[in-house]
Amino acid sequence: MPDGSVGQAVKRREDHRFLTGKGRYVDDIHRTGELAAVFVRSPHAHAKVSAINADAARKSPGVVAVLTGADMAEDNYGSIPCGWTVTDRHGEPHKAPPHFPMVRDKVRYVGDHVAVVLAETAAQAKDGAELVEVDYEELDANVEPAKAMQAPLLHEEAPDNLCYDWVLGDEAEADAAFANAHHVTKLDLVNNRLIPNAMEPRAAIAEWDSGTDSYTLWSTSQNPHVLRLILSAFITGIPETKLRIIAPDVGGGFGSKIYCYAEETVCLWATKRIGRPVRWTADRNEAFLADAHGRDHVTHVEMAMDAEGHFLGLKVDTTANMGAYLSNFASCIPTYLYATLLAGQYRTPVVYCNVRAVFTNTAPVDAYRGAGRPEATYLLERTVEIAAREMGLDPAELRRRNFIQPDQFPYQTPVALTYDIGDYEASLNEATQMIDYAGFGRRKEEAKLRGKLRGIGFSSYIEACGIAPSAVVGSLGAGVGLWESAQVRFNATGTVSVLTGSHAHGQGHETTFSQVVADTLGVPIESIEIVHGDTGQIPMAMGTYGSRSLAVGGSAIMRACGKIIEKGKKIAAHLLEASVEDIEFKDGNFTVTGTDKSLSMGEVAFTAYVPHNYPADLEPGLDETAFYDPLNFTYPAGTHICEVEIDPETGVTEIVDWVAVDDFGKVINPLIVEGQVHGGIAQGVGQAMLEHGIYDTESGQLVTGSYMDYCMPRADDLPSFRVGMTETACTHNPLGVKGCGEAGAIAAPPALINAITDALGVKHMEMPATPEKVWRLAQSAAAAE
Amino acid sequence: MPEVTMTVNGQQVSREVEGRTLLVQFLREHLNLTGTHVGCDTSQCGACVVHVDGKSVKACTMLAVQAEGGDVTTIEGLASGGELHPMQAAFHEHHGLQCGFCTPGMVMSAVDLLQKNANPSEQEIRDWLEGNICRCTGYHNIVNAIQHAASGGGAS
Repeated sequence: MPDGSVGQAVKRREDHRFLTGKGRYVDDIHRTGELAAVFVRSPHAHAKVSAINADAARKSPGVVAVLTGADMAEDNYGSIPCGWTVTDRHGEPHKAPPHFPMVRDKVRYVGDHVAVVLAETAAQAKDGAELVEVDYEELDANVEPAKAMQAPLLHEEAPDNLCYDWVLGDEAEADAAFANAHHVTKLDLVNNRLIPNAMEPRAAIAEWDSGTDSYTLWSTSQNPHVLRLILSAFITGIPETKLRIIAPDVGGGFGSKIYCYAEETVCLWATKRIGRPVRWTADRNEAFLADAHGRDHVTHVEMAMDAEGHFLGLKVDTTANMGAYLSNFASCIPTYLYATLLAGQYRTPVVYCNVRAVFTNTAPVDAYRGAGRPEATYLLERTVEIAAREMGLDPAELRRRNFIQPDQFPYQTPVALTYDIGDYEASLNEATQMIDYAGFGRRKEEAKLRGKLRGIGFSSYIEACGIAPSAVVGSLGAGVGLWESAQVRFNATGTVSVLTGSHAHGQGHETTFSQVVADTLGVPIESIEIVHGDTGQIPMAMGTYGSRSLAVGGSAIMRACGKIIEKGKKIAAHLLEASVEDIEFKDGNFTVTGTDKSLSMGEVAFTAYVPHNYPADLEPGLDETAFYDPLNFTYPAGTHICEVEIDPETGVTEIVDWVAVDDFGKVINPLIVEGQVHGGIAQGVGQAMLEHGIYDTESGQLVTGSYMDYCMPRADDLPSFRVGMTETACTHNPLGVKGCGEAGAIAAPPALINAITDALGVKHMEMPATPEKVWRLAQSAAAAE
Repeated sequence: MPEVTMTVNGQQVSREVEGRTLLVQFLREHLNLTGTHVGCDTSQCGACVVHVDGKSVKACTMLAVQAEGGDVTTIEGLASGGELHPMQAAFHEHHGLQCGFCTPGMVMSAVDLLQKNANPSEQEIRDWLEGNICRCTGYHNIVNAIQHAASGGGAS
């Protein structure tokens, strides 16, 4: 196998610039004459804005302008749209109230955008922002989803603060299944609000060119083309031909950089209004306040079983917090990326789910790593674990008893999705072997001698990735298609430029995609460059989210490579004086079948650009563009098992072992895939044990608004992880891949809470399992004994 | 405005700065050394770690004027003669970075750890990194890279 082939742990090509300080992130870029923007943000959760007095701010040294929502209305800037319309149980579209980049009437959460100060330096803009006087008439606020429908109204357009009341499945069928149940497991749980916290804060630089009346926007975006589409079609009216968006190196996203945000929209508007480039970089404090948050569900779940533990039906009732406004894709997260996953890995024949999405005086909530699928997996895997305990069954055995079997694929679930392939028992078996499940009882006894409570927790998850077949999502309300594009361009000397719509912000595309192209075209990996993140260079594209880059973006690259090979065969046939049908392409060479007459890809590429001897009916050049629309979602799945030890005297939980066995289909680069698993688990551990975005229920203030208050996972909070793989190749994309970016964050929370509740001998506890909560439970358990 | 003079990556530099200018702002905005990053506003994340007089320092926690006369090394000054520092090489070899944003601070911090403790245990590494937040890697491969750098295997 040549170096860099598919399947090899190739070291990352992008590392050198990051390791030497030569990464180029948005905040590293400067434009001549630029102004710094600082936002005046609401200190109140809910208030009418009656007056804004910026006289003193305008006189402050270096301040060039102070602009407000009223100024933006003058220039006909529109509202930030929601790109997915969910239809409610009555057939009505969801309520999508206006979401202006700067407020026009009232503020609806702490951090909402009231005004922007533009000054020569960021420090001067901050000084100016301190001097802007805003008269607020405070209104009662609510931050709790469970109370939203009785709370003060946020938007006239959304009575009862209800965005939608939506159902999936047939309630009567579910009731019938429950009527036959031997046992019903019931659980109330909260999926805690998370704040994504990519390490690079969001940033934007907008520059208007008066000569051409065109704009360039550098943005920390996961999907610059989607951002351009939203800005162009819905907010600014700037034609796409006059708006170039560049997302250079981006320091992590995890979903939070998918969306079109107020700040970059304001920069884009202000650059023309003022006639100078405008830059903005978030403080971490602003990231906490105004990045889209994740999760925040309140759920009641019931599962019906027969006497042998076979699942008969599942009923789920969820209230999902949308925050104060609908972010771009907020509406589809607790519906089509959540309820559709409630079958999990199991043959549950009937599933009924009711979701009410509500507005509250909190930051908008949207996709965060996993997005709907962690919420589904958490409730399902917690319920299965509790059911096993209640019925006196081994949790591994109960799962096995209900798994969809390998010979049942393709498998139509009762919640719309059709799983193409999987082998769930294989992953579970591998995980139980890796962790020595049989030896757990002995380890628990040994821990007890040391005064520690040891517990074990399973999580058998599934996710829908490779987002998404356009026709399917279109029928469900998506305003866009979710295909991907690629352009594979040979240069005359045989090097290859691959332009991809998939944006990389830590995923290592420059390496993985190069491996795919190197293998497919027989070109050395060093001769390949991967270009991404620039609407000025790359064909229309849909970007990176939902573990789609390789399954969708990589498939588009494969398709473009296929076109290159087809054209290359025509050129080779001409040069070798053979018919096209007789040309084989293998390992970078075009060969006349059954002969030693052969031309290399490099020779063919050269001829394409120096066509002195060339087929008369063929265009010069070797440069092909392809679009790929997936036929189905992909379904990565697996089992994670963790073991914890709790010190009942301190409540401290130590993760003593973690095995992750995932089926991602074909693996192109195991080094990168394992890294994704590690990072995903860390975020899941964060949710389960450390992180919680908390708003004060009285004041509506975000009380976890800094790294002093919001507990990020740190190196000493985490163990090393043991990662295993099983493989069933995806049946419907050319690479056989499924996606690996979100798995860890989906699998981890129930594994941990299952382990902790097992150790404590309690049914349930809410995340995060902080030492205080664990200590209280350990003390009450001890007192009860 | 006060003038500040210091040595940065072996070169003496002098600039006029506002008194409130942080060392990290001085490096990024006055010297265009953008490898040192700002990831928070509470001196928690460690993306801005540089060395001042040989010790790791969060450059957001120090005023530029406090580094007067000092000897500062940033991530840009760590490699020498086109060769990666063994710690940089170890991070590459063991996939100790993903998005790259925390990486400069992480590497500079790790280099200082090995100056203080040439052969740290896994737990000592994890404890030392308490002041550097990474959101991508789960720290697994960062710890792995530092262990290998400590045992001299970084550039293998």
